Amino acid sequence: MSISSGDTAWILISSALVMLMTPGVALFYGGMVRRKNVLSTLMMSFAALGLVGLLWILFGYSLSFGTDTGGLIGRLDFIGLRGVGQEPSPVYASTVPHLAFMVFQGMFAIITVALITGAVVERIKFGSLLLFSALWLTFVYAPVAHWVWGDGGWLAELGALDFAGGTVVHICAGVSALALALVLGPRKGFRDGQPMEPHSIPMVMLGAGLLWFGWFGFNAGSALTSGGLAASAFVATNASAAAAAFTWMVLDWIYRRPTLLGTATGAVAGLVAITPAAGFVSPVMGIPIGIGAAAVCYYCMLFRMRRRIDESLDVWAVHGMGGTWGAIATGIFASAAVNSAGADGLLMGNVLQFGKQIVGVAAVWLFAFGATWVLAKFLEVTLGLRVSSMEETVGLDIAQHGERAYGGALR
Amino acid sequence: MKKIEAIIREEKLEPVRKALEDNGYFGMTISEVSGRGRQKGIPLQWRVGEYRVDFLPKIKVEVVVLDDDVPRTVHAIATGARTGEMGDGKIFVLPVENAVRVRTGEAGEKAI
Repeated sequence: MSISSGDTAWILISSALVMLMTPGVALFYGGMVRRKNVLSTLMMSFAALGLVGLLWILFGYSLSFGTDTGGLIGRLDFIGLRGVGQEPSPVYASTVPHLAFMVFQGMFAIITVALITGAVVERIKFGSLLLFSALWLTFVYAPVAHWVWGDGGWLAELGALDFAGGTVVHICAGVSALALALVLGPRKGFRDGQPMEPHSIPMVMLGAGLLWFGWFGFNAGSALTSGGLAASAFVATNASAAAAAFTWMVLDWIYRRPTLLGTATGAVAGLVAITPAAGFVSPVMGIPIGIGAAAVCYYCMLFRMRRRIDESLDVWAVHGMGGTWGAIATGIFASAAVNSAGADGLLMGNVLQFGKQIVGVAAVWLFAFGATWVLAKFLEVTLGLRVSSMEETVGLDIAQHGERAYGGALR
Repeated sequence: MKKIEAIIREEKLEPVRKALEDNGYFGMTISEVSGRGRQKGIPLQWRVGEYRVDFLPKIKVEVVVLDDDVPRTVHAIATGARTGEMGDGKIFVLPVENAVRVRTGEAGEKAI
């Protein structure tokens, strides 16, 4: 197959769009913490651009997309981008340069690592988080990406559908976030009901806006071509985000008042849920998927708070559960008429596909939770995960990074 | 000389400023402060559920006046700041030892 300039342009633009989501998630999280921890929170995501951006080129891409070993992991044949060049890959995205496919996938790995950080803000040691990120990319993300998207990966062979990363990115990040937060423990004062007031909701909205914008590259780019399928995924993505933002706002309004923080969160929940489905369902099905996402994530968040678990910024509720709902919803609403590479779902009478989706969800849940728990425990007993009690009180911006967000009290 | 410190609602700054001005007091210092009285805190919304904010934003107005003007000034501020609801604030009257006008070096009552 030869290179298509249209497809290549779209994948390169999409890669840049997905890159912008990582600063987006940084701002989304950064606005929700107390002002003494805003830089530390931004840094956790932004540092992933540096760290994962390197590791992906060195060996991450090869572990995820290298020649299959037993359906479980890729070999190291692409280590240091060996054999990844301007010609298309023989198996992935046959109309764009292999390098374009590689960098597009790299942006996914970066944001997945960044997503987890919302669970551990305001108390994790930065060095330990970096080491965790490197280990997690290697031992959790790379295998799961291979299972679902790698040529010969066992979930791909099974036929579990994941268009743009509902399992690989969102379930993986959300469930891992929960495991890491449980090992790390709550923030000081959390159990006593000390208020943890978000310091800048405008910053949260800016982050959500960048995420929504970048998500068009994430989902429509996952078509890996610039034709009708990309347009279909694009519209499904917007429909779901809109439906979920609106639904969350209404839920807020029923209980109290419509908040910007809630509406922005709803949009993200809708974007998460449509991710596995975007290119397998008809665009209008984004609406029920989005409405379901807002309801599922809203009540999961309420459940998490009632259990007094300090998974601080609800990565599990939004990404883990939104991704779970999305993966299951793909098994309900999928239609082979939309994408011949997909399948029919439950509504088309295909119970088997629904079952495959459940298998995919369960496998990623169990593996991500278990492997992350082990990694977290390992770091807890070696480097230690938490900052000291004094550092936590002072705030991580000064204690861990030696800078503060809003200096210059004296003119 | 007395200093009058009034802690008032943010939204009552404008009526208080006007009430003082109508009584001939143009000079004042204001600052944004946080605090609470019997009103305690207020609930605000988190993504789901709510949390309590213990300390509420208030405005502190400081005016230094002659002893004889104290009742009139306090009355003006109280009238301007009152809504009748909890959280209207408090007014404190403190003795002032001396005052100096920086520009001229005048001291005492001439300086205020």
